[in-house]
Order: sequence, then structure tokens, then C-alpha cells
Amino acid sequence: MTMQETETTSAAAGAKVFPGSDSRRYNYFEPKGRKATHYEDVTVDVQPDPERYLLQNWIISFGDGTPTYSKDWTALKCTDWHGFRAPDQEWERTHYQRQSTIVGMIQNVVENARRAGAPQRFDKAWVAVLQNHVGAFKHAEYGLGTALMRAQRYGYTQMVNNAILTNASYKLRFAQDLTLYLAEVGSDIGGFDLDAGKAHWLDDPIWQPCREAVEHIRAATDFLEQYFAVNLVFEPLVGELFRSGFVMQVAAAQNDFSTPSVISAAEADYERNLANAVELFALLLRDPAHGEDNRIMLQSWFTHHGGLAVKAALQLQPLWSLPRVKAASFADAFERARNRVAAIGREIGIDADLPALPPVEVGQVATPAAAAAAVTAPVNGAAAE
Amino acid sequence: MPDGLTLNKITSQKGIGITEAARRVADLGWTPSYVKEAMAFPTDYKISKAPRDPMKQVLRSYFPMQEEKDNRVYGALDAALRGDMFRNVEPRWIEWMKLFLAIIPFPEISAARSMATLGQLAPGDDLRTGFTMQMIDEFRHSTIQMNLKKWYMENYIDPAGFDITEKAFGKCYATTIGRQFGEAFLTGDAITASNIYLQVVAETAFTNTLFVAMPSEAARNGDYALPTVFLSVQSDESRHIGNGHSMLMSVLKEPDNHLLLERDIRYSFWQNHMIVDAAIGTIIEYGTKNRDKNKESYAELWHRWIFEDYYRTYMLPLEKYGIKIHHDDVHEAFDSIVKKNYVHKIAQFFSAGWWANFWRIEAMTERDFEWFESKYPGWYDEFGVWWENYAKLSKPGSVPITFADTGYVYPHRCWSSLVPCVIREDFQIDEVDGELYTYASEVDRWTHKEAFAAEYQGRPTPAMGRFSGRRQWEEVYDGWDLADAIQDMGFVRPDGKTLVAQPHLSFEEKDMWTLDHVRGHTIRSPLLALREMTPQQRQAHVEEYRKGFKIRRV
Repeated sequence: MTMQETETTSAAAGAKVFPGSDSRRYNYFEPKGRKATHYEDVTVDVQPDPERYLLQNWIISFGDGTPTYSKDWTALKCTDWHGFRAPDQEWERTHYQRQSTIVGMIQNVVENARRAGAPQRFDKAWVAVLQNHVGAFKHAEYGLGTALMRAQRYGYTQMVNNAILTNASYKLRFAQDLTLYLAEVGSDIGGFDLDAGKAHWLDDPIWQPCREAVEHIRAATDFLEQYFAVNLVFEPLVGELFRSGFVMQVAAAQNDFSTPSVISAAEADYERNLANAVELFALLLRDPAHGEDNRIMLQSWFTHHGGLAVKAALQLQPLWSLPRVKAASFADAFERARNRVAAIGREIGIDADLPALPPVEVGQVATPAAAAAAVTAPVNGAAAE
Repeated sequence: MPDGLTLNKITSQKGIGITEAARRVADLGWTPSYVKEAMAFPTDYKISKAPRDPMKQVLRSYFPMQEEKDNRVYGALDAALRGDMFRNVEPRWIEWMKLFLAIIPFPEISAARSMATLGQLAPGDDLRTGFTMQMIDEFRHSTIQMNLKKWYMENYIDPAGFDITEKAFGKCYATTIGRQFGEAFLTGDAITASNIYLQVVAETAFTNTLFVAMPSEAARNGDYALPTVFLSVQSDESRHIGNGHSMLMSVLKEPDNHLLLERDIRYSFWQNHMIVDAAIGTIIEYGTKNRDKNKESYAELWHRWIFEDYYRTYMLPLEKYGIKIHHDDVHEAFDSIVKKNYVHKIAQFFSAGWWANFWRIEAMTERDFEWFESKYPGWYDEFGVWWENYAKLSKPGSVPITFADTGYVYPHRCWSSLVPCVIREDFQIDEVDGELYTYASEVDRWTHKEAFAAEYQGRPTPAMGRFSGRRQWEEVYDGWDLADAIQDMGFVRPDGKTLVAQPHLSFEEKDMWTLDHVRGHTIRSPLLALREMTPQQRQAHVEEYRKGFKIRRV
């Protein structure tokens, strides 16, 4: 009898016992914890590595000889790039579930607000803020999203690239959330100019340092510089400052309960993206061989992008004067941002202490020159440019 | 309630139209003025026209739609287990999933990465959302396929091979062919790789055989999971096809691009044929137990999906834009399947080297012979004895069929596609930069020597990719004993001696081959041997190789 004639009645697990019949876990990587998580199972080693299992090396190169993936695409070095696991543990199913939940939440809030006629009761001065400044800010979110979409090409492992990919997905969704939200509530408010936001983004002096900071992130050629600048610099200093420090604190007092709900999704997104980024950069700074070189590099990135971000933040100060009901102050918001970025710096191991602002009168217009002067004095090596 | 009035109509608010929404979203982009973004991805193409978004979908409708698709997929997997799918599934089929699912997540995630490229290269922001969705889709495909494979590993009788999957992907002679496919999506000239090879050819043409024809065969073998996952995957492909076509239309606008388009469509079509037809043709024809003579053969499927649907309705119309289409290549690809037995010769090769696999291949039986003969007249004369020999030599202690006196000549490997040169009469050799290489066909020779070069027909092409790495598996293990090579690859079960691969589907320990059964045979690289020959010996060897062989009964 030949082997192919052997009868087996069931092909289910456990139907026979033979060598390997109980080997039911992916066994080629070291889980972070005691047991591999589902995220690890579907993520680890999908992007191969000649230093692990890629026997025949990368088999196509770019015209200049660079292989399909290269460690040289970032100035940062790592003894083991495979050590990184994203704390948010996202894979496709959890990503869609979360994104879809957010979309549903926003849609419910906006539908209910519009049904109740809420946009018509927004304070008029606040409507101008939504039109001109929330409308401008959506472009910042989009710029960061496109930068991250490019950055997700370059990481040395699947874990790094997927964390950046989901970050891009969140940012681009949020930019669209704001765009469509403004278009919808705008249609309920007479005379709402949907093109005004972009005009302010491109030409309003208040937004120019912000645009400059975003364009510097987009133009950075090191993908981890982009990831760092987005999550560890721009987001705490400008993104959260505007979203939480301004819109979410001020809106309710202007009869607007829906905008904070839309914005809150981005704050929750950021907490996850921040956790991922902190985990990665902390790992790189703990690296026994390259930690110190990495710290110096991150510090220089912080100096560069931190300077731009502080300038952008300070230039936004007049916004706090625009709402009719003053529910929050720029000084408080900036102080929180300053503390936040310093805490993030401590978490990963760089010095991110920024100088405190001189006392600023509410309503005083900051100029780029004054902003730059406020942060020129080096404090603990973290001066802005 | 009056007729036609629904709760939704009462409660919903007037929204903005989809065209207006897409226009607003596309208007998020701007031209930087403080610092210009350097073009990170090299291309020799010029693109000035902004591609338009044919789908006009925005992310807030995309995410719930995808979540719903996921819910159906995962619900169906649960239902398959409750219905005891694995009691009735055909092991012959699931074994091939060890190979297929080891390969496919890498091309998927490569496609995700390549959206970085197209997102940056495409002028304007109109198609950015399309590329964004494709990026997230591909992330979906990669991880949903890893999940499916884990599910097979947990529930199928023999998990060996699934348990080492991504390690096996890095080591195996066959998965390297899949890597040629995946790396080609994101390496080299950005338009060649991400637009033409990936979107215009792989996704528009060959996903039909990959993700539509294959699930049908899975269902015939009692596997309801693969169709559930892969038809869901395929439902995303229409978006990618739309992205690709829109980008192609932008690229076409520049007459300077036409020469490169001709090169890239030719290279991409031929290499997709060589790689996808080798793998999927074999899995569909040889991984099935279903021998219904009324079902389409791979050749018939190919004619429907590739020849009629793709070639006639997608490729041919490109001629009106001034692009030269190589009709002869398309006909030759079809002939290679129907007249030159390409798929059968690849299946023969996979079985010849069964010991180097990380999945099992069982022998074809009389029932299979009858089906093959009816679909491919003359099949038995050429392949029947091979499979009878294979069955005889499937007992441990037999000579591994590669080394048995069957008359089989272990094939050279094609430097371009990495598929073995199994159509012997088409075998080619040539020198590139003073080194000798082997090719499966004239188009493969052209691909390496002319297309993947710094200059194409007198035009500098610095962005074009290059073939690199240790491309031939046989070279890596030249001079190694089989047992040592298998051990080095890690294709051994947890007892440290039993091979993962087996030339049969017996689950009895006594029937299973161990390292000792294959020890004493040496792997040789045909290419290294060819390079060591004198010119006269080489010429004689090539002539002899092209004559082919006749299998003897052992």
C-alpha cells in the first residue's frame, strides 16, 4: 500500500497524535510577555530581516544599491529593532473597530446637535473661530497625516511601520472629520465660508509659524525624525494646545457642545499614538550600544522642531482672545503644554524643558519675534532655534 | 406613518453630497512654501497631471464598511468551527495553504508601504484618500491573513509548517519566488513598482486568479474559511484597481513616459504570469481533491480572467494612447499553460524537491489522472509515470525522488522570476556585467539584461531597480547534505528529527520521514555547475537541457 491510500477520517486538531501534532503556536519569535499576544502573532516577522531568517537576503535593490529595507533610513541605531511592540497592539480588526466607533460617535453627536438646532445657537464670535481657525487647523492635521503616511515605508520592522501606519490613518481621518463636520454645521449656519479655513492656513500670520512647523516635519528626510516631531514635539506643544487647551475648554461657553466631541476623538487617538512613540524612542534611548548617540540625535531634533513648535504655539495666542466668553487663558494652556512636553521628554530620556513664558496679558498679540525671544535663552540644553 | 416615510428620513439631517465631500477633503492639501519636500522615491517617469479619484469615498464611510466586512469574516470563521469544518476538510488542500499563506502577507504589507510612494509622487491631493484607503486595506489583508493562518494552525490536524511560517518564508526556495513578487511592489522605480507592477498588473489582472479562483477551489475542498477571508480581501481590490488606473492615466499623459510604460507593462505582465501562475496554478490544480469535469481548469480560468477580462478590455485599449502592447507575450503566456504544460511542470518540480518544503504534497491518484487527461489531453503520457513513481517512493527509507533514477533533470532557475526553467525548450542563458545567468524564457532574459538596467534603449534609467541578494536557493546550499540543509532551514518537527515536509498525507508516526531518511544526498546548484563548464561543454549542456527528458518508471 502506498501512502496516499492511507485513510484519515478527520482533519481536525487532535484527530491523531504524531510528531508536531500539538505545535500550535507561532514559535519563531520571542513574545514580549509570557505568551504571545494576538497582535504579536499577526505582526512579528511579517517584514523579514536578513539578520533573522532572510536566508537569501533582499533580492531587489534600488538603482543605487539600497536594498528593499535599510537600517540607514534613519540616523537612529538599534541593537534589536525587533524588540519594539506597539502598546496599543493594533492589528486590522482592532483598528477598524476603533475607527468605526469613533466615526459612529461623531456622527451621532453631530446629527443630534444639528437636529436640535445647536449650530444656530453658537455664539457668533465662536462661529468665526470655527470657520477661520478650526478650519485652518484641519490642514495641520492633514499635513501630519501625509508625513506619517510617507514615514510608514521606512521602518526596519513590521511593528515600527504598522504603528506609524495606524498613526497616519488616525490623523488623516481626523483631518477629514473636521472638514466634513465644518461643512455640515456650516450648512446650518448662514454665511459660513468653508474656504476661509484654508485661506487662514495659507495667509493668516497667526497660522504661518504653525504651517512652517508642519512643512518642516513633512520635509524631514528621516522617517523617525518625522514620527518624533509629530508625536513628541508638535502634538504636545501645538496640537493639544489648540485642541484641548483652546477648543475643548472654550467651546461649551459659546453654546457649542458638538465641536469638543469631534475634537475629543483626536485627543484619544493621540494618547495611543503617544504611547507607541514613547515606547519606541525610550527603547532606542535604552539601547546599550547606541542609546547615547540616539539621545544626542533626538535632542537635536527636539531643538529644531521644538523651536518651530514653540514659535507656532505662541503665535496662536490671539485665538484665546477671540471668543466672547473667555473660559480659558493661553498662558495656562501653554504652561500645560510646556509641562506635558517636559514630562514626555523625561519619559524617554531627553531634556525637553522649555523656558516658562514671561507673564502675558490676555489679549496681547504675540509676534513671531517675541515668541522667538521668549524661547531663545537655552534652558537645560533644550533651546529652540 | 405615511408611505415612504422611514425613521431614517425623519431623523437624518441634510448632509453634503459625496462629490462635494470628496472635493472638500482633497482641498486639505496645499503647496508648501516654507520648505520644499524632497522627492523621496526615485522614478524616471515624469508626472504632471494630478490623478482623479474615481471612487470619491471618504474615510468616515470607509471605516464602518470595513468593520462590517470584518464582522462577517470573523463570524464566518466561528461558524466554520461550530460546523466542524476541519472534520471534513481535505488535508491535501490545507497543506498547500502552509505555502500560500506563508507568502501572501508580505506582498500585502509591501503594497501598504508602496502607498507612501504613490501618495508622494501623485501631484495634487485628489487621489490621496484612495491611496490612504489602499494603505489601510493592505494592512488589513496582511494581518487578516496572518490571523487565518493562525486559525488553521490551531484547528487543523497537522500544524507543523504553520507554526514556523514567517521563519519558513525567509528560508524556503519557493517563498523566495513570492518575495520577488512582493519586493517588486516597493523597490526600484516607484512608478514601475507601485503603479504598474502592483496596481496595473498584479491587482487588476492576477488577483482574480489569486483571490477569486482559488477560494472557489477551497470551497470544493471543504474549506469555507479561505473564501470568506479572500473574497473579502478581493472586495477591496476594486478600489486599488481604480487607484491604479487613475494613476496610469496621469502617467500616460506624458509622451516621454511611453517607452518606459511599454517596458514596465511587458516586464510586469510576464513576471506576474511566471510567478502567480506557477504558484496558484499548482495550488488550484494539484491541491484539490475535487475532480468534477464540469469545473473550469486553471487554463480555462486564465483565459476568462486574464485573456478575456484583462488583456482584451484593459491592456488592448491602452494602445489608443500610443502604448505598445506585446500581444505575443500574452499569447505565449497562455500557450505556456495550455500547450507547454507550465503548471504541471511546476507541480512536478515542487514534488521533486518535497523534502525542502514545509508542507506536505501527496501523490496524484488514478482519479486525478483521469481529470488531468480530460482537461489537458496527453497529460498522462508526460506526467503519469512521474506521479506513480512519487507514490512508490513516498515510504520512508525510499530514495528521495530527486535522486532516484527517474530521468528527471533538476531544473535551472530563472534569474528574473526565480521560478525554475521548467519549459526546457525556452531555456536561455546570457551574460550580464561579465557573469553568466540562466533564464526561463526570452522575456525573462530581456527583463534582467535590458529592463533592470541603468539604461533602456539609450535612455538613462537610474531609478530602475536591480536584481540583488543571493537569488538562487541552490547556490546557498550548494554542496550541502539534504539533512543538514533541512536542519539549517529549521524544517524539522519539535522532536528534532521528523521532517515537516512529507511526500504523503499519512498522520501515522511510522510513515513519517526523518532527517536520517534523507541524509547522504547532496544539493547541487545547476548554475554554479554551468558557470564552471567550458564554452563547448556549456553549449552542449544547453542543447541537451532544451531537449527535455522522459520519465522512466522506477
